[in-house]
Amino acid sequence: MNQIATASAASNHSGASRKILVLGATSSIAEATCRIWASQGASLFLVARNADKLAAVAADLRARGAGFVDTAVVDLDDTERHPALLTHAVNSLQGLDVAYLAHGVLGDQQSAEQDFNTAAHILHTNLMAPVSLVTWLANYFVQRHSGIIAVLSSVAGDRGRKSNYVYGSSKAGLSAFLAGLRNRIDREGVTVLTIKPGPTKTAMTAGMKGSEKFADVNAVAKSIVKAIDNRQDNLYVPFQWQPIMFVIRHIPERVFKKLNL
Amino acid sequence: MPTASPASKQLSLRSNGDGPTGKASFESWGRYPIYRANIIPLHWQTDYPALIQNLPNGILPVGLGRSYGDVCLLKDGNLLATPAMNRLIAFDPETGLLTAEAGISLAQILDFAVPRGFFLPVTPGTKYVTLGGAIANDIHGKNHHIAGTFGRHVTEFELVRSDGTVLHCSPTENQSFYAMTIGGLGLTGLIRWATLRLKPIVSRAIDYEGIQFHGIDEFLALTEASKEIEYTVSWIDCTSTGKNFCRGIFMQGDHSTKRAPLQPSPEPKLVFPFDAPGFALNHLSVAAFNTLFFHKQIKERVATLQDYEPFFYPLDKVLHWNRMYGKSGLLQFQYVIPWNNAREGTVAILKEVAKSGLASFLAVLKAFGDVPSPGVMSFPKPGITLALDFPIKPDKSFPLFERLADMTLEFGGRLYPAKDAAMTAAQFQAFYPEWDQLARFRDPAITSSFWERVTGEQTSL
Repeated sequence: MNQIATASAASNHSGASRKILVLGATSSIAEATCRIWASQGASLFLVARNADKLAAVAADLRARGAGFVDTAVVDLDDTERHPALLTHAVNSLQGLDVAYLAHGVLGDQQSAEQDFNTAAHILHTNLMAPVSLVTWLANYFVQRHSGIIAVLSSVAGDRGRKSNYVYGSSKAGLSAFLAGLRNRIDREGVTVLTIKPGPTKTAMTAGMKGSEKFADVNAVAKSIVKAIDNRQDNLYVPFQWQPIMFVIRHIPERVFKKLNL
Repeated sequence: MPTASPASKQLSLRSNGDGPTGKASFESWGRYPIYRANIIPLHWQTDYPALIQNLPNGILPVGLGRSYGDVCLLKDGNLLATPAMNRLIAFDPETGLLTAEAGISLAQILDFAVPRGFFLPVTPGTKYVTLGGAIANDIHGKNHHIAGTFGRHVTEFELVRSDGTVLHCSPTENQSFYAMTIGGLGLTGLIRWATLRLKPIVSRAIDYEGIQFHGIDEFLALTEASKEIEYTVSWIDCTSTGKNFCRGIFMQGDHSTKRAPLQPSPEPKLVFPFDAPGFALNHLSVAAFNTLFFHKQIKERVATLQDYEPFFYPLDKVLHWNRMYGKSGLLQFQYVIPWNNAREGTVAILKEVAKSGLASFLAVLKAFGDVPSPGVMSFPKPGITLALDFPIKPDKSFPLFERLADMTLEFGGRLYPAKDAAMTAAQFQAFYPEWDQLARFRDPAITSSFWERVTGEQTSL
């Protein structure tokens, strides 16, 4: 109870001054999360690939009351540009409290099964690029003994399945990287939050079979904001995915390999 | 059917799993008719018209599917679902002008506007409709006699045609498209964004008064006496005959002028159109519904301060209340009859309804004012409007409906397309002689099941 009370107080007070960097700001989950932060008056630096979409998101967040919004159009696959981008973002925000990584691709599993280049592209976008960004950010925050790195991984990374194991392996690598990083820098005062959303109704999943039963993106965003305020280590969202993935991880391989998942 | 893009696969807008055609079906709020359609969600303004290239069978922009009949349906066609395109574009707290993408819902607008001291200029009985849908049906509310229709408060919007032409529409620019799109049933193109003039409030509360009346003359007297009051509407009991004929409750209210905290409403239950969570109201009984509405008032006059949520949106508390009517759905019937025949026509139609024994569960009576709408095809005009709904009983409902529609025509009135699933082409074309103008302004790629139904027999006139 005590913890919850502290957290809500923190969200009330820190909202107005909080400086947040959002990478992949036009993703549905990121946009929904930013709307909550904007209504709290946060300062936001938004990064995305598509200029039109980024401008639409930025205008919305300004209208909703964000204290400050700046943007950069960057393809995050280009890891060489990361240090300059991150330096620019920190200068623009005049500091940084939270870095939120939400970019990623689902990719085409079938094509990735046949073509290594497709698989490599998924791994690059979902694993290599975040590793590059988080390495810079971790060192920035460690120097200041403060900060939160929140990264969208996925329940798909908890166990490889035939329907999306290339995407899943990129997220598995990312989750493992973040777990190790947390082990290194939590003691330095830096929080690393691994977010594992279950299937969510987003532009990425629109049209997928059964997508009308997926989680509501605004509810997912609300949980993410709360987990950041609470400085949680891991978040399964919606929470039901924690026990579900526990079961899935513990199915014996000789059974699992015959399932159609 | 070939898929045009990865985003366009069969999925259902309201997948309750109990529609006759399964999960690829699309139902409107009346749950009649139910048609299969290909649903294409729009997420970005730039998605259109790129997403519709080479789609067969026509397209129709749709919002949250709250219209009752088939204006939001396109059998075997492609529905462009706009609710994920719901960003704010600009807000000026000096003027109250809010510009937003057309898929934003009125609920989302209220969540933004109320804490800032603003309210919708016109609101229907549900806040789960989109800005685009409100324009396309030129909706009205309890303040029609003062504020006119929703379209009057839309200062400008952007209309995108299927060939990629972008038209900026306002009362002074592309006036014809402005006038044909307001009330144009979504047929003139995709409304990409619109600017709405919000009005200032200082409290969430409504100064409410409920007054019992007995008979239509008392209703008319109360209407006359309440001309200066912003919101008026009546519920009437249309099952009773004899001395209880046309008894009801006259409900009136103004925004409270006493300053009070403008906190946002509690968490909305439904924000996105694809939500069909299992927690809806399968168990909701008719008795509970009665308690909510029929026994709201036991005294002759009740005056109180009431939050705007129960005043404007009593039914929104109950998600999917339309399921109460079961799988066969419900038929809405809403007419307006001009003042010269309003009393006579209303009495005659209420008698016909009472005689039929097809009890209308919810009957709403209101006087429209004479504020003109900018829309050529807008439904409201000065007179009395009555909205009824019937459970669908195939042998009885449709013949009754046709009789009532003919009576409406005889009394010089017309029906509301957003609530219709049954009027004939001849009836529609007589109600709306301007329909051929809409036919000329219609985007060639856009159509609806309603439009095909009511223009199919055009040679019969």
